[in-house]
Order: sequence, then structure tokens, then C-alpha cells
Amino acid sequence: MKEFVSSDSYIASEELLRSVEVARALGKPLLIKGEPGTGKTMLAQAVADELGMELIIWNVKSTTKAQDGLYVYDTVARLYDSQFGGEGVSDIAKYIKLGKLGEAFRAEEQVVLLIDEIDKADLEFPNDLLWELDRMEFYIPETKETVKAKHRPIVIITSNAEKELPDAFLRRCIFHYIQFPDKEMMERIVRAHYPRIDDELLAQAMEAFYIIRENYGVQKKPSTSELLDWVQALEIGGVDPKKLKEALPFAGVLLKKTEDLNKVVSSIQKRRSW
Amino acid sequence: MFTEFFYYLRACGLKVSLNEWMSLLEAMRLGLHDSSLTGFYYLARMLLVKSESDFDRFDRAFLEFFGDVKSYEELPQELLDWLNSPFEPRDYDKEEVDRRFAGLDLAAIRQMLEERLREQHERHDGGSKWVGTGGTSPFGNSGYAPTGVRVGGQSRHRNAVQVAAARQFQEFRRDTTLDIRQFQMAFRRLRRLSSRTEGPKDELQLDETIRATCENAGHLKLEFDRPRTNEVRLLLLFDTGGSMWPYTQLCSQLFRAAHQSNHFKELRTYYFHNCPYETLYENERYWSGEGISTDRLIRELSPQWKVIFVGDGAMAISELLDKGGCVDYYHYNDKPGIEWIQRFTAKFPHLVWLNPIPESSWPYTHGRSSIRLLRREVEMFPLSLDGLDAALKKLMVNR
Repeated sequence: MKEFVSSDSYIASEELLRSVEVARALGKPLLIKGEPGTGKTMLAQAVADELGMELIIWNVKSTTKAQDGLYVYDTVARLYDSQFGGEGVSDIAKYIKLGKLGEAFRAEEQVVLLIDEIDKADLEFPNDLLWELDRMEFYIPETKETVKAKHRPIVIITSNAEKELPDAFLRRCIFHYIQFPDKEMMERIVRAHYPRIDDELLAQAMEAFYIIRENYGVQKKPSTSELLDWVQALEIGGVDPKKLKEALPFAGVLLKKTEDLNKVVSSIQKRRSW
Repeated sequence: MFTEFFYYLRACGLKVSLNEWMSLLEAMRLGLHDSSLTGFYYLARMLLVKSESDFDRFDRAFLEFFGDVKSYEELPQELLDWLNSPFEPRDYDKEEVDRRFAGLDLAAIRQMLEERLREQHERHDGGSKWVGTGGTSPFGNSGYAPTGVRVGGQSRHRNAVQVAAARQFQEFRRDTTLDIRQFQMAFRRLRRLSSRTEGPKDELQLDETIRATCENAGHLKLEFDRPRTNEVRLLLLFDTGGSMWPYTQLCSQLFRAAHQSNHFKELRTYYFHNCPYETLYENERYWSGEGISTDRLIRELSPQWKVIFVGDGAMAISELLDKGGCVDYYHYNDKPGIEWIQRFTAKFPHLVWLNPIPESSWPYTHGRSSIRLLRREVEMFPLSLDGLDAALKKLMVNR
């Protein structure tokens, strides 16, 4: 079995790698929680790339129903066809469209299925998927057909903890909490994305980043993805690393809330005028 | 030993189920714990603990249970260096080795290992006695031995006890009687669907469509109608500071649950201290926040709004009955608090008060007089799951 390791573009912690291994070995869904911007969604992409599997993404929204992931019976299309004498109207299977979960089950080879932001949906949503994720199969009454996974997909589920997930669902998952990376880890992550970055610039940017995160009491703390954007902006903008901490150029990339931005910028200006 | 750990975790308040425990045993049978305590720690945590707020509890339980397990991962660096650059295994006679190992249990091997570590001063590879690589002694790596202790040969991690002892997840702890999910479920009661008179008709009505199509001699005729949405508007008013400190956690859960229930048409939250007067505050630390005029708020909102007060109602009688009775020295109120409460109840027929103090102590607690006064004006429920349920039911009753 090919092993999942940190790739060139995705740096995973030791614990995360373990969790992925265990989830694969036990065939259980891996539930990933963590601050926004710590690479929860990226993980699935990295796993798929590394293992050379196809990635199927099911983006969950507040209106998503569990049924949408299994299949949709397009009655309207069938009705239309029956009007204009389209061929094969009597073949219901033609109007059954598999959802993302169905696609993953039907796949000829093992795939990675990402159920992204499961907490966005209705409270009951995870409960509605218990059986399907447990048994990796579901039944389509319209065609009297059972869709069963040929190869258990590697299921990765992310949650931003907007809603609490039901216990019954949690019991079936492997849980991993992505901690905010420490400085050492963060440096590896940035370097993985921008291998040719100037050392001085990186050091200064990291320092400013952690100061902002820890000291100013901002409401929406900047995260990994914001730091990556910022570093890129600084690099393209050709900012002098020495002036970085006082001027804080492109601060809008790091801080997305107006209050936060004003707070940090004004306190930096104050400090300079002293 | 392991079953004991299961019960110990449960005794520590972790809701570990039998299913999860079986998964752990299955995972260990597959060797996913890397035969190390550290591996076991992570494996157990990812399978048994499903919330970062419980990580700390798990860490502590793990420490208590495994804290005195001695780890062999702390070996002299020199020893580890050559163990980490293993030799190819030599040919060996499997039967001979197996015979030599018969009857050796883990305890005996550990004892032998300790002896060897005392005696051994140089590199050994491919042998059958010393700690080394590629050989058939019970210790070392990259060799063959039916039972034994793996020494080195993999990257050195912090061992499990150290990881658990670091207790990195302390800040995520959430000792609560009520689960936020239970609150959310309760808030689902607050649902009144809109009438079908407003909004665009954009929801396909299947039954109607079939009927209309039949009437249309089989030619498809699509029927649409307006989707029904929740019409409930909710105003939450929190008492904050002072005697409410012990209930901060509970209130913030209620707050979060309300805000995460995105089915409300509108939801507003304001804060007050002890008793609402002419100003309500948008910020929890009310003295620093911007205020809004209570009078304007009452006039602005339609009587259909549901109003929930959350507070312990425990205050001096004067705070309710006197002009200038407000507990803040710098704040002079020209109308007594009780009048403001009455204005609320007069305008909003759907109004309840949730009190975090258990109902049984209302007649005895230090704020019993003010609570009694308040209860003449508003219907008060305890802030427990049952109380919330009853209160929300009350809010939905038509008057």
C-alpha cells in the first residue's frame, strides 16, 4: 500500500499523517477540524495527489440534503421527454443521476471523497448519511438497484465547527484536529510554497504575522492561507524587509475585517510616533 | 489492562462507546499503533476522542494511567545513531531463532534489554545477543525476532507521555452541563412558516404539476409556488456582568446556539446589566459598547417579535422600583426598571425570561425579592434544557 507522506506543496504534521493512515487502514471517514485556513480542504487534494487517486469533492451548503449526495431522480426531464417522444422514457435508470457519494461508490478505482464543510448543512444532515458511510452502499427504490462501493473510498470530511455534529456520526469517524502550525512548521509550509523566498523577508514577515496574531486581539486572526498570500504580495511588491514591521504593507491581505485593520494600523502608527 | 483503560476513560467523563473501543482494538490488531506507546496515544486519541475540547481530559487520563510506563525511547544518542543506519539482515535459521525465543515474555525481554544496555559499549550488527540491527536478538531493528523490543530505527518522536504531559489542548476545555447541540435542537421549535403571499413563485409543485398536466391533456404544465420560509424574528436580551459571571459559559452557549440556528428571519442580541433601562448595549462588556435606545427599539420592532430575556433577576429591589436605582453609579435612570419591563411586555405578547438559577432555589436565593417581583410581570423559566423547551413552546403559542 502506498503511503501518504508530506508532499512538496503540502506539509502535514506527524499526527495528521498517522490519522490518514489509520483512516485508510480501518476504512473509516476521517473528520478534520481546525481553524479556518489551516489547510483542511487542501489535505484531501494532497492525499489524492500523493496516492495517485481521483478526488471527488462534495461541497456542502446550507441547503444541501443527504439525498443530493446519493442520487437525484430527474422527474422533470423524464416528463419532458415523454412529451416529445424522446427515446427510452420507460428506462428510469436514464433519469437517475448519481450524486458525489454515488459517483465515489461507482468509481472503478479507489477514490478520495472530500465532503467539505459538513457543518454548513442542516443539523440532521450527518445523521442521514450514517448508513451510507458505514456500509458504503445505498438503495435506489426507483430502479430497485443497490449502489455498492467497489472500493471503499477514502472519505475525508471537514468541519469548521459552526454546528456541533451528532454523537452517532462522530463515533464512526476518526477525528483529527489541525492545530495552528508553530513557527518551525509554518516556515516549512511557506518554503514549500515559495522555495526561492528571501530569508530576511520570510523571517520578518513571520515575526510580524505572529505579533499580529498574538498581540492585537484581532477578531479574525490571520491564518496560514493569509500568510501565504501576504508573503506572495510582499515578494511581488518588492518590499524592503527592513521596513516591513513598521509600515506593514498590504495589511489588507492579512486582516479582513475593517475594525481589525484599523486597530493594528493605528497602533503601529502610534508606536512609530513615540 | 486495556479494558481497564476503557473504564478509566469513561470514569473521567469521556463518552467512549463500545464501538469506538472495538475500532481501537481492531486498529491495534492491524498494528497501526506502531507497537509504541506514542503510537498508541495518537491512535487512541483519534479513535476515542471526537472533539478538541475533550483532548485535555484525555491527556490527563492518559497521564494518570500510563504516566509511570517507562519508555525505551530515551536511549543514548550514539546507540540510536547506529541503530538508525541498519545493516541488511543476515541469513538466519528461522526455526533456531524461534526455538531460542520460546518462553520469553515481554517482561523477561525488558529485563534482558536493561542488562544489555548496561553491558554493551559498541556497535553490534547481525548477531543474536546484543542490541543491534539486522540480527536475531530480541532487541534492535531491521532483523528478525518473533518477540522483542524495537530499539531505534524509526524517527524519534516525542513519546506519548511527554505529548500528553504538554497538555496543549487545555484552552479548548468546555465543562458543560448542556451541550450546544441540545440548545440548537431546542431553537428549532421557533419556527413559523411564512404564508404564501410574498416572494417569487420559484418552487416546483410536483403534485400540482402532475394534476395540471393531466388536465392539460398530457401536455406538460409546470406549476410553481412560493417557498415557505421561517418567519420568526427573535430578540435576545442578556444580563451581563456582576452576578451573571458564573453563568457566562451557559449564556455564551445559548448565544452561539441562537446565532448558529440560521433559520430565523431576523435575530438581534443586546445586553443590559441587572435590569434593562433606557439604553441597551450591543457589546457584552456593556460599559465599553455602543448603546441603543430601548425606547426606539420597542417602537421599532413589530409585536410579532419574540423576546427572550436571559438573566438571574437577582438585584436590589431599588434597581427595579426606584428612579435612579440603576446599579451603575454614573447612570441615572429617570424611569424605574420595572416600567421598562412593563413596556416590553405590553408591546411584545411573546416574551419569556430565562433564569440560569435553578428553579428550586428561586424562593431562597439572595435575589428572591426581585425575582418575585419580576415573575409578576413576565413568565420565568429556568435556563435548563427542559426550561428552554417550555419557554420556546410558550413563545410559539398564539395569543
